[in-house]
Amino acid sequence: MTVTVERGGPGDRGGRGSRRGPGSRGGDVVEAHHRAKKPRRPRDSYALFLLPGVLAFFAIIVVPFLMNTGVSFTEWQGVGTPKWTGLANYRELMDDSEFWASFRHSLFMVVAMAAVPTVVGLVLAAALFDFVGKHFGSRTVAVLRACFYLPQVLPIAVAGIVWSWILAPENGSLNEVLKAIGLGGLQQDWLGDPDLALYTVMGVMVWVQIGFPLVVFMAGLQRVDPQLYEAAELDGAGWWRRFWHITLPQIRPEIYVVLLWCTIAALKVFGAVYVLTKGGPGGATNVPSYFSFTTFFEKTQVGYGAAISTVLTVIILVLALAGLKLQTRAEDAEQGGVR
Amino acid sequence: MTALRRYPVLVALFIGALFMVLPFLIVAVNAVKSPAEYSSNGPLSLPEGVYLDGLKDFWERVDFGQKLVNSVLISGSVALGAVVLSVLNAYAIGIGRIKGRTWVLAFFVLANMLPQEALVYPVYYLSKEAGLYDTRLSVVIVFIVIQAAFGTYLLASVLGQFPREIIEAARIDGANKWQVLWRIVVPVSRPTIGVLLVFFVIWTWNEFLLPLVMLISNDNQTVSVALGVLQGQRLMDATMTNAAALLGVLPALVFFLVFQRTLTRGIAVGAVK
Repeated sequence: MTVTVERGGPGDRGGRGSRRGPGSRGGDVVEAHHRAKKPRRPRDSYALFLLPGVLAFFAIIVVPFLMNTGVSFTEWQGVGTPKWTGLANYRELMDDSEFWASFRHSLFMVVAMAAVPTVVGLVLAAALFDFVGKHFGSRTVAVLRACFYLPQVLPIAVAGIVWSWILAPENGSLNEVLKAIGLGGLQQDWLGDPDLALYTVMGVMVWVQIGFPLVVFMAGLQRVDPQLYEAAELDGAGWWRRFWHITLPQIRPEIYVVLLWCTIAALKVFGAVYVLTKGGPGGATNVPSYFSFTTFFEKTQVGYGAAISTVLTVIILVLALAGLKLQTRAEDAEQGGVR
Repeated sequence: MTALRRYPVLVALFIGALFMVLPFLIVAVNAVKSPAEYSSNGPLSLPEGVYLDGLKDFWERVDFGQKLVNSVLISGSVALGAVVLSVLNAYAIGIGRIKGRTWVLAFFVLANMLPQEALVYPVYYLSKEAGLYDTRLSVVIVFIVIQAAFGTYLLASVLGQFPREIIEAARIDGANKWQVLWRIVVPVSRPTIGVLLVFFVIWTWNEFLLPLVMLISNDNQTVSVALGVLQGQRLMDATMTNAAALLGVLPALVFFLVFQRTLTRGIAVGAVK
């Protein structure tokens, strides 16, 4: 679950410098022939390598995506001919309280899967890197990091089984623990109470998600010059000041990436809701992806389901484009200033 | 900082870490209890002995061996296929620097970010038309393309920094592009390719929505789908649930322990170039 950010700078410059490299010295006949025909574009035969990928992409992603968008303008049960209804599905969505509720729940998921893990991950990463690493050695760091990262490799279906059993109203471990420490009054039907279920799912998602920012931030901290910390320490800066003035600014690119990536993951969340609550009780934990899934396959209102997923797609793509743009601009500014 | 102030922070971190692994411990403890012991002592007691019948019953009832085979087969083929596709794409973009590569790359990135909900019904419909519905092959094909979108992005940015002198030298010695790719670029990029393989296996193993829709028969289901569907039906008793959870956790845990270093290195490569 990672994303990369290409920094155009140095790589691109290197490429431009050697633009006439291998192509113009190509030894084989085919190459020479090719060059004779298109003297200005000797490199384009590399495009052949892209062919399988692009074809597969059109067949598996572009065509289905366009079909889905097309279907969203129709009324269709999945069999027979779809009936063109124009924007009717979208108009209906505007008045559908279930639809708005699902997007409201998405915002809660963004808090649980992006905001909280990023903040907690930052503090944990800084504590592990700058404090535990220095005083207790890298083995201790590795063990702690592995513990926090573990939920990330678990299938979400399995995490769901584990948690719904722990959170069970009767004989569930959490309620048993509360009883054992004399807080029996706090026992709850964690996933079955409509006022509580969403917060419970949020709690589980924090547990699932926390390892990802932690590991990304720790990787980022490795590029920070240790002398910065040493100098700050000599100047008498305490842990919080170093965190605020060195750690945070230094790993800003990682923070962008993690926030963007986790927000998108939060908007897409499906498996956890399916396994923990099935959107219930009474739609209290319904999210757009689960909503579209039930509309497709349980209610078989394919056109309406397609409209839901199209709206979700537009939101995600706008967010992704804005995020990437923001990031590129920040990096350009940084490079322009420093170099 | 004095030792007195150091240890509370460390203790707090260890308590946090314990909280992260506690669910695994509770599951492991309860998976080896007999139903009678569970109902009399509750979930928090330590087991009196090791009772493996619950695990065995569950294994047989859901035909867990078959689910493991399916998951291994699907994740393995997807990882290999997606790596090959990513390498080809990234070779054209990162080393060939084809025209319009920025757009091609942006196209791949956005495709990777697309929610699967926007593909799932057409993929379901088309696979039925093509006679591939409820086959492992259908899932393999779809995930090869989805994972390759990410792989292309990562590898293209790594290959963009590839030392060009090496390629030029090989070209002078008469190697064609195909030979340069397999004899030079791939071997040199082995660390990144290894990272991609590990990630593709884990991601595909954990995928839920598309396999849930595409693999309806028992013989084709993956571990994730089989467990998720069982859980959805809420037919399981406590011992069964724990057996399911433990058997679901184990493959992920083994994989994690074996590839821990690759994973963390991978995130270092992948996070921010």
